Formats: sequence, C-alpha cells, structure tokens
Amino acid sequence: MATSNRPLSPHLQVYRPQITSVLSILHRITGVALAVGAPLLVWWLAAAAIGPEIFATTRAFWGSWFGQVLLLGWTFALFFHLCNGIRHLAWDLGYGFDLGTATLTGWLVVAGAAGLTLATWFFAYSVSGVLS
Amino acid sequence: MVEFMLPPNSRVRPGKTYPASRAATNTKTFHIYRWEPNSGDNPRLDSYEINLDDCGPMVLDALITIKDKVDSTLTFRRSCREGICGSCAMNIDGTNTLACLKPISEVKGEVKVHPLPHMPVVKDLVPDLSEFYDQYASIQPWLQTDDTPAADSERLQSPEERAELDGFYECVLCASCSTACPSYWWNSDRFLGPAILLQAYRWIADSRDQAREKRLDQLDDTFKLYRCHTIMNCTKTCPKNLNPARAIAEIKKLLLERA
Repeated sequence: MATSNRPLSPHLQVYRPQITSVLSILHRITGVALAVGAPLLVWWLAAAAIGPEIFATTRAFWGSWFGQVLLLGWTFALFFHLCNGIRHLAWDLGYGFDLGTATLTGWLVVAGAAGLTLATWFFAYSVSGVLS
Repeated sequence: MVEFMLPPNSRVRPGKTYPASRAATNTKTFHIYRWEPNSGDNPRLDSYEINLDDCGPMVLDALITIKDKVDSTLTFRRSCREGICGSCAMNIDGTNTLACLKPISEVKGEVKVHPLPHMPVVKDLVPDLSEFYDQYASIQPWLQTDDTPAADSERLQSPEERAELDGFYECVLCASCSTACPSYWWNSDRFLGPAILLQAYRWIADSRDQAREKRLDQLDDTFKLYRCHTIMNCTKTCPKNLNPARAIAEIKKLLLERA
C-alpha cells in the first residue's frame, strides 16, 4: 500500500493553547530575548565607561518611548525567566508534577513576574523623581 | 525538525455539510477531519449536525451515530468504549483524549474532531502508529531477569514495591500524551516521547526487574530522553489521569544519581 502521500495531521493549527505549553514557549522566547538584550546592556555600560557624550546618546535612546517599551519588555522577560527557572529547578528535583500544583505554580510565576516588573518600574520612577 | 506549517498535501480544506432532520430540536454540530487515501485530494473538514436526543452521551457515540446513520465511510478506531483499550484516541476540541471517555456535554459550542496531532494519516481519524509501536518495542517492555525462581515459587514483591508501579502500569498506550507533546512533534524520529518513557519507567521501577542498569544506559541519550523539556502537555491531556512528566523526571533523577 502506498504510504508516501499520507498527509500529516494538524498539530499547532488545532491544539488548544494550555497553561503548560504557553508558559513553556514563553520561557524559550524570554530566554532568547534576554540573550539579545545582554549585548545592549553591555553597550549601555560600555558607553558609561567611555564618556559623557556617548552615554548621553544611549541615555536618550533608553529614555525615548521606544527604549522604555523595550526595557519594560526586558524587565518582564527577566523576571518571568527567573521565576519560571525556579519552577524548572523544582521539577528537576522531582517536585511539583501534580497537575494542580503545576497549574498553580504556573499562574504564580505569571503573577510573580508581573508583580516584580511593576514593582521595579514603580521603584525606578520613584527614585528618578518622575512620580513625586 | 521544527516545522510550524503543514505540508501542502496536508492542508485542510472545507468539506461537506450534513444537516440534521428538521424534526430535531436538540442538535450539535461535529466538524470532523476526513481524508480519503484513494482520492488524491487534500484532507477536508466535514460538518455533521447530530440530533443529541438520538445519540449516546460520549463523543464516540456521536461518531458511531454518524457512521451508522449519516455517512458509513467515516473511519475511526474503537473497541471497548470504556477507556481501557486506548483505540479511540483523537484530538477533540483541541486536546487529545479518548472519544469514549469524553462527554459531548463537556464541549462548549461546536465539536472539532481531528486525528492525533502530527502523525501520518491512514484514513480519516486513523493515524499511523507504526513508529510509536516500534519505539515501544525498543524499550523491551517485559520483565528481564538473570535468575530463574524455583519451580514452586513466584517472583515475590512486597505491597510497597508493588505500589511503586501505581500511576504507571495503568497506561493503555493510546498515544494521546506523545502526540500532545511539541517536542515529540518536532523530534518523533529520535525522541521516545512521554508514553514510551512512562512505560520505560514502569519497568525501571519494578522491583522484580533486573535489567535496570541496561535500561538506564539505553535511555541516557540527548534525544531519546532529554528532548523532554517538562512542557507537561502530556500530563495535562492523559485520559487516564496518569503523569508521564513525573515518570520522565524520575528517570532523569536516576541517571543523575548514577552519574
């Protein structure tokens, strides 16, 4: 019987997104985003070491609305990857595999990452005096 | 290999519609994946409007109703209709489960039924599970021992040792978990997948088995075992409420302890 023309059944096209799979792919995406962001962080620090003119350029970039949106994204990526990384460490030790526990810790990671992001930005804007 | 899109011959086209009789008042629509191997056409999604007053409670009952009364060419696997044979595994309303255990009433709105994801389709809802079964055979799923017990004795096991197999021996090999796993989608040629790894652990955890080291040696492989990234779609979808993710973690722990 000819089998070569058999179609491949739908997968991503039909599989319902779950807390399990969505957080997993988000972990991968935030990891990639952090890797991309690291050189930019180095650029910022290097600019501070090189001199005031180039630092002013980087400051203007990070201070623009576009730079701020990027920083907000990276803040969330950092905290999500950190929190979910801790969840992964627990799994690697053999804990947290009950479906109810895994769902709960998943939502805790989302809430934790969102909360830490907001707290960081609130702190940053308070210190900079924009909020006072 | 990761490929997000379906190949051109696999893209699903709109299909035929079969309305219920006008007398029916309590109806539900089932959109069902169809593929006819002899037609040369792409797969299509046929729609059947079913009178629920004239149909059993489970999705499998709806499929049987369609086959009996509407369209006898609809093809699917089924046998026990009580969740023990594992034949009627398919993707219903976006997640994999056994059609015989899935109440129609659990699905809000119209019901979409596809074959198990990312598998070669033989016909309609019947996927080709040959590779899956080959992988099962590769873990040598039988008791392996070096010695032979006395002729008048069995291989004894304490109740505690027997309890170690709970949650693992119940697997019916329906392949719902493996075909819910994105890692298995992209690497089914080399990654064993959750179902087979759970079965592997079932033998590793058996106090009577004496091939543990050999079994662990065989699994200690970048692809066979470690393509598992603890996504947990497997545990989420298992129609028997088992936990393949935990079984895989236990194998990883045993390999670490041994290293």
